Amino acid sequence: MIRALHRWPGLLALALITVLTLSGAALSVFPAAERLAAPQAVTGLTVAVLAERIQAAYPGVEQIRRAPSGRITAYWFDQDAPGGAVVDPATGQGVASADPNQTQRWLTNLHRSLFLGDGGRIAMAVGATAMLILSLSGTMLVARRAGGWRHWFAPLRGPLAGRLHVEIARIAVFGLVLSSATALWMTASTFDFLPSGGAAPASAAEVSGETGVALVMMPTLGDTLVADLRELSFPYPGDATDVFTLKTDRGTGHLDQGTGALLSWSDLTGWEHVSETIYMLHTGQGAATLGLVLGLMALGVPMMGGTGVLIWLAGRRGRPRIRGNEAAGRAETILLVGSEGGSTWGFAATLHAALTEAGQMVHAAPMSAFTSDGYARARRIIVLAATYGDGDAPASANGFLDRLTNLGRAPVAALAVLGFGDRSFPAYCAFAKAVSEAARAKGWPEFMPLYTIDRQSPQDFARWGRALGDVLGIDLDLAHQPVLPKTETLALISRRDYGAEVQAPTAILRFALPKATLWQRLRGAGFARFTAGDLIGILPEGSPVPRLYSLASAHRDGFVEIVVKRHPGGLASGQLTALEPGDTVTAFLRRNPGFQPGQGRAPLILIGAGTGIGPLAGFVRGNTRHRPIHLFFGMRHPHSDFLYGEKMPAWQDEGHLARLVTAVSRGERQHYVQDALRGEAAEVVRLIRDGARVMVCGGRDMAAGVADALAEILAPTGLTPAALKAEGRYVEDVY
Amino acid sequence: MKSLLAALALTTALTLPGIAMARPVTLTTTLNNYGGDGAYLALYVTDASGAYMGSLWMAGTKSKYYEHLTDWYRATGGDTAQVNGITGASVGAGRTLEITLDLADALFDAGYTLHVDAAVEDMRDSPNEVAVPLTTAGVGTAVAGRRYVASFAYDM
Repeated sequence: MIRALHRWPGLLALALITVLTLSGAALSVFPAAERLAAPQAVTGLTVAVLAERIQAAYPGVEQIRRAPSGRITAYWFDQDAPGGAVVDPATGQGVASADPNQTQRWLTNLHRSLFLGDGGRIAMAVGATAMLILSLSGTMLVARRAGGWRHWFAPLRGPLAGRLHVEIARIAVFGLVLSSATALWMTASTFDFLPSGGAAPASAAEVSGETGVALVMMPTLGDTLVADLRELSFPYPGDATDVFTLKTDRGTGHLDQGTGALLSWSDLTGWEHVSETIYMLHTGQGAATLGLVLGLMALGVPMMGGTGVLIWLAGRRGRPRIRGNEAAGRAETILLVGSEGGSTWGFAATLHAALTEAGQMVHAAPMSAFTSDGYARARRIIVLAATYGDGDAPASANGFLDRLTNLGRAPVAALAVLGFGDRSFPAYCAFAKAVSEAARAKGWPEFMPLYTIDRQSPQDFARWGRALGDVLGIDLDLAHQPVLPKTETLALISRRDYGAEVQAPTAILRFALPKATLWQRLRGAGFARFTAGDLIGILPEGSPVPRLYSLASAHRDGFVEIVVKRHPGGLASGQLTALEPGDTVTAFLRRNPGFQPGQGRAPLILIGAGTGIGPLAGFVRGNTRHRPIHLFFGMRHPHSDFLYGEKMPAWQDEGHLARLVTAVSRGERQHYVQDALRGEAAEVVRLIRDGARVMVCGGRDMAAGVADALAEILAPTGLTPAALKAEGRYVEDVY
Repeated sequence: MKSLLAALALTTALTLPGIAMARPVTLTTTLNNYGGDGAYLALYVTDASGAYMGSLWMAGTKSKYYEHLTDWYRATGGDTAQVNGITGASVGAGRTLEITLDLADALFDAGYTLHVDAAVEDMRDSPNEVAVPLTTAGVGTAVAGRRYVASFAYDM
């Protein structure tokens, strides 16, 4: 719901908001520039003295105005010709033209009405409303994503577009709420929806009928400081009934031109004070610094618009369209989907279609949209949950467990949990299990036991579907073919072979970059943009199930590189290690934002063994900014499977690699990478104290050994691998 | 070129005792190229003593800006009821405002003065931009304003 409130105003009003914010940011510069350029009055200068000086210079003066910037403008008539100038309060002499700045005027008209009069004003007010809705809904989304208001500035993970979007938003949102709310107030005031609140000007009935009092003899002008002045209007020459009109920050008064007496005075009303404060907050006139800050924040909006569209496109790509999705309040069956890359959405779509076909009213939503009271007619809730990493919630299930735990009582509709995972991981379907356990702890009845789907198996899914059909008393046939991402054909350029002597035949395979279309390049889709640590899915001949490998190169390297060890009887590894230059494979790209070194200058501790070196070597190769990288690499024998061994000296010379520590497991003394870590314990502790980030890639046993060794090394410092993991400073890519 | 008809505009504001005759009068106001946004113009009539009698036209629809038409504002207390139904768009630089309305015969040659107040955003206010006595002899005679009005004339 909140997401929709964020997405649609954003997409629909994007162009309008971009014009609003860019013109607003440009306008924000003027008050500050005016403040700097205008000659300022010395402290304590009175209006009487200023008016006297100006009158001496321009005897026909009829109005003096002071802008909030301190700029003083005088208007006069000289032999029936109107004149005007910005004056220097020290001399009363004109120093600059009083004509409005044409650029500022043009920008102002664009900003408030698109040059379209009242229709344009209404359009821009719609833009401001969209901005306000976006700010408020976005605020709630950020709080939800970060896990609560207390974590407003918590570090972010995930794809770049999403991080940028939130990074800008959580700073700019304060200014955007202020600017859009004040804009709406001002529009309402312009269209007379708000009372003007101004006191009617007091009529200056009883004038003395005399003229010609000297300005310095007028006590009110002598008591009023220029700093408080807004406007002083002179009486018409020759009209004895006319008066001086003085406007200050406090109110408006009329002064007799014969006696100088104050004939009447009316204070600014509270309402006028409010209106003026709002005007100041919006325009920065009288608050130039605030104006600049607001302008800067407004500049973030086009950036957020761009990244927002990218996020939306990525979400659409990853998520199949669900046709005929019922409203949550009307559906009998609720599907809650916890998906990371979008494949679980594919299963949900198949289930949705099959149930709808069978005459059910079905509502599908991400698990993060779960509420306790939105499902008035629901009879059952089916959770389809993938798992992220070591049992974490996938992207679309953020906050689900917290919300479930905090529920007063369990929902009435019965629950079924379907987990998606890969049995080769120890945390197989761990998140789905956690959901099931939390539901049981809440006393939420389950109408079907927890069931798991291994590696997107269509057979598992169909079996579960038949069981569900039995419970519902319908014939449910779930035929789901996982939709594979768009694949490309990659041609091998070269291969380097290692490890045959130690019974670990391994190859570094380098493929040519497939040609990207312009549209792919613009969107950064497929192989048009990738970094080391991302994954490549290889479709071996004879199997529809892709095998994932970590990339050892980034797009800017100009090639696609992976490290593959041939497993006895392995279908994909067998085919890959048999490739000769010119041969091709079918592959697709999958991003892996969880395994990236990230920005920053903090040291990197890279730990890998065997083919796990692949992405780590890619990070080293791309380390042109000379971040201190300490690489721990485990191999069997330096003369046989020292992957990238011939590149290491050059990388060290070029400053890409600060230190290389190797461990050799075959030889006089068995030495594993975790042993190498223990040998460098003092150095490792020092680096981690300096904020180092640890990245581990390789087999499961090695990763477990490394975690144990690190726990041991860090024990005296009070740090643990788990604590580092929670901070995002310890990441693993294991297989 | 704007042509507007406000036939009954003055029936309430300027009803004088014993007057039944009225005739259509066209007021033509042409602005010079002062280099700013559209001007707000208030056209109104005062009697021989300078007392406000009534408004003929208000060019400019946002009442929050009326205070810049200083004389008109002071005379009316900013009362928008004075221009209810006789309000139109503001007039751009170099453009002409032409309005036709029925004015009572008795207003002519009786000491009444027609005033135009003008104001432009971020530029000087110009109350009493134009002040012309309403006389039959003055019909068709163009006069210039002080700052924004290049020429003003009334025709019958």
